[in-house]
Amino acid sequence: MTGKMTVVEGSYAVAHAVKICRPNVISAYPITPQTHIVEDLSQFMADGEIPNCEYINVESEFSAISTLVGASAVGARTYSSTTSQGLELMHEVLFNVSGMRLPIVMTVANRAVSAPINIWNDHQDSISQRDTGWMQLYAEDPQEAADMTAQAYRVAEDKDIMLPAMVCMDGFILSHVYEPVILLEQELTDEYLPGFEPEHILDPAKPKTFGAFADPSTYTEFRYLQQKGMDAALEKIENAADDFNKIFGRYYGGLIDTYEAEDAEILLFAMGSVVGTIKDVIDRARTEGVKVGLVKVRAFRPFPVEAIRKVVKDASVIVTLDKNISLGLNEGALCTEVKSCLYNTDINIPVIGFLLGHGGRDIPRRNIRMIIDKAKQVIRSGVTIESEYADLRGELI
Amino acid sequence: MSRLAPGHRGCAGCCDAMAANFVLEAIGDDAIVINPTGCLEVMTTPYPESAWEVPWIHSLFENAAAVATGVEAALRALGRKGDTKVVAMGGDGGTLDIGMQAISGAFERGDDITYVCIDNEAYMNTGVQRSGATPFNASTTTSPPGSQSFGNPRPKKNMPAIMAAHGSPYVATTSISYPKEMMRKVKKAVGIEGPTYIHAHAPCTTGWRFDTSKTVEIGKLAVETALWPMYEQEEGEITKVRKVKQPKPVEDYLKAQGRFKHLFTMEGGDEAIAKIQAIADWNIKHYGLE
Repeated sequence: MTGKMTVVEGSYAVAHAVKICRPNVISAYPITPQTHIVEDLSQFMADGEIPNCEYINVESEFSAISTLVGASAVGARTYSSTTSQGLELMHEVLFNVSGMRLPIVMTVANRAVSAPINIWNDHQDSISQRDTGWMQLYAEDPQEAADMTAQAYRVAEDKDIMLPAMVCMDGFILSHVYEPVILLEQELTDEYLPGFEPEHILDPAKPKTFGAFADPSTYTEFRYLQQKGMDAALEKIENAADDFNKIFGRYYGGLIDTYEAEDAEILLFAMGSVVGTIKDVIDRARTEGVKVGLVKVRAFRPFPVEAIRKVVKDASVIVTLDKNISLGLNEGALCTEVKSCLYNTDINIPVIGFLLGHGGRDIPRRNIRMIIDKAKQVIRSGVTIESEYADLRGELI
Repeated sequence: MSRLAPGHRGCAGCCDAMAANFVLEAIGDDAIVINPTGCLEVMTTPYPESAWEVPWIHSLFENAAAVATGVEAALRALGRKGDTKVVAMGGDGGTLDIGMQAISGAFERGDDITYVCIDNEAYMNTGVQRSGATPFNASTTTSPPGSQSFGNPRPKKNMPAIMAAHGSPYVATTSISYPKEMMRKVKKAVGIEGPTYIHAHAPCTTGWRFDTSKTVEIGKLAVETALWPMYEQEEGEITKVRKVKQPKPVEDYLKAQGRFKHLFTMEGGDEAIAKIQAIADWNIKHYGLE
């Protein structure tokens, strides 16, 4: 581990990382709890700390991401940040960005979606953008969110990938927490992250057409090639994490990370800040002889199918924890995706899902412990739970 | 004179192709063009072909102005701005309806872009549905005349006035029927720093229902009847107006187009036409056309 620790807000750690990644165009619209990131970036701009960069104060999230379409096509390294309603407003443009193979990086300070309006954390906003063709990486703490920003640029701008990436950090829980963080060093980051030099740009010296009309005879191949980019990202995300470790001495896993997973009978799956709470509960449960472990999913898109198949094979029960729900299916996205990647294999392990922490509801350790106890029952007496809320207040219904 | 390469899929007598040619002629090669979704985009870029010989980008229907902002900002950030002109060119729907928020944002911010609205007064690409630029009493597929209606119930949104109200240093109305004038205005617009706006009236042969040989003629009639006033507005002040000596009656313009045909056959059509004449009369007075 290199570098000096300073206590900063999570948003500052990320804003600082963005600055160190040398963006050329930043465009954003304020929305809680993303605001501190863009305020910090605005201050960096006001103080002349980001060279060769323009910051655009737009009139909506729709225009925030649209301005970056133009900027990225010109060859600029681009950045935005948003959450919740802002991300939903961007939805149409998100498809456009990935279809045009523009490697924009955006921090999502994850927040619930309206109605009812709620400004606190869950993952419904980014999960709802699952099929837009963006890579999605989920950070556990502010340090990882900052470091993941540099990793995201490196993967997104790789010529074999050229796809946009969301770095997802839990709103408030990570964006507003003050923690000791090693801020990214300019010299090391320059070594890690090369300049952005795309093959195709808008340039009057060599005119090119971007965003042409594709009819049924050509459309399918554009989509196929986007998936090929996602396929290539699987390995490059692992490489980006390994190379980051070599230069900075920090590692959080590649596509996934594991904790006490090797001999685990009960294997929990989760994303984001709840991972820290789960690790605490696992430590306690282990002292009581409960064989429980964790798979932290860092990359939700591309989804690490092979890595998951490999890591779960000796478990007796898989338990997913989701801060989102697919209404009408009564499952969170991790539950559905983990199940789907075990089908058509010789792995036959029950998967049960728990929904929790929606709209910022606190996730105390006792809830995780209760989930582990329910998983033990499944091992003893088979699947009695498919997917259910772990923190429902029955008295309100 | 053809900057837009031949082989595009525009209709015979297409106003968009003419407008694009005039704009490209005026701005030259050192330019980047942004197009929202619409006829012009669809007919010029059937992958893998493109009629554009300048760098060109299409993103979505409602965000051309924002994309232009990003293009301009990136050129500056990367030290590549030089004399490169950033020009967005879109239809009336993509400009003053669904694209209104983005263009308002760009003009409020004072971004150094030129926006050209090619106004053919309805959603032509999707089959002639009404837009906020469709004129009073025009028939479209979503504003058809019937026993309870003479067609579109509202006058055109005054988009040039709205853009001038943003503090734009240069707003001009023009028409594809006056190529030299249109090119002069576009050239002037791209030469001025800040957000400049050109609103070009553009008769559509299929949507307005006239013979493909009549595009220019119809556009001239709009100006000669004072239904399309042509003027320049600099820093908020109207500085130049194209005078219309002895304006023709609006019937001359209306009867030449299928979209107004119903006004000449329906009961009460005379009154409906009189209301359109009143719009022309207001233009004459308001803009000092005589």
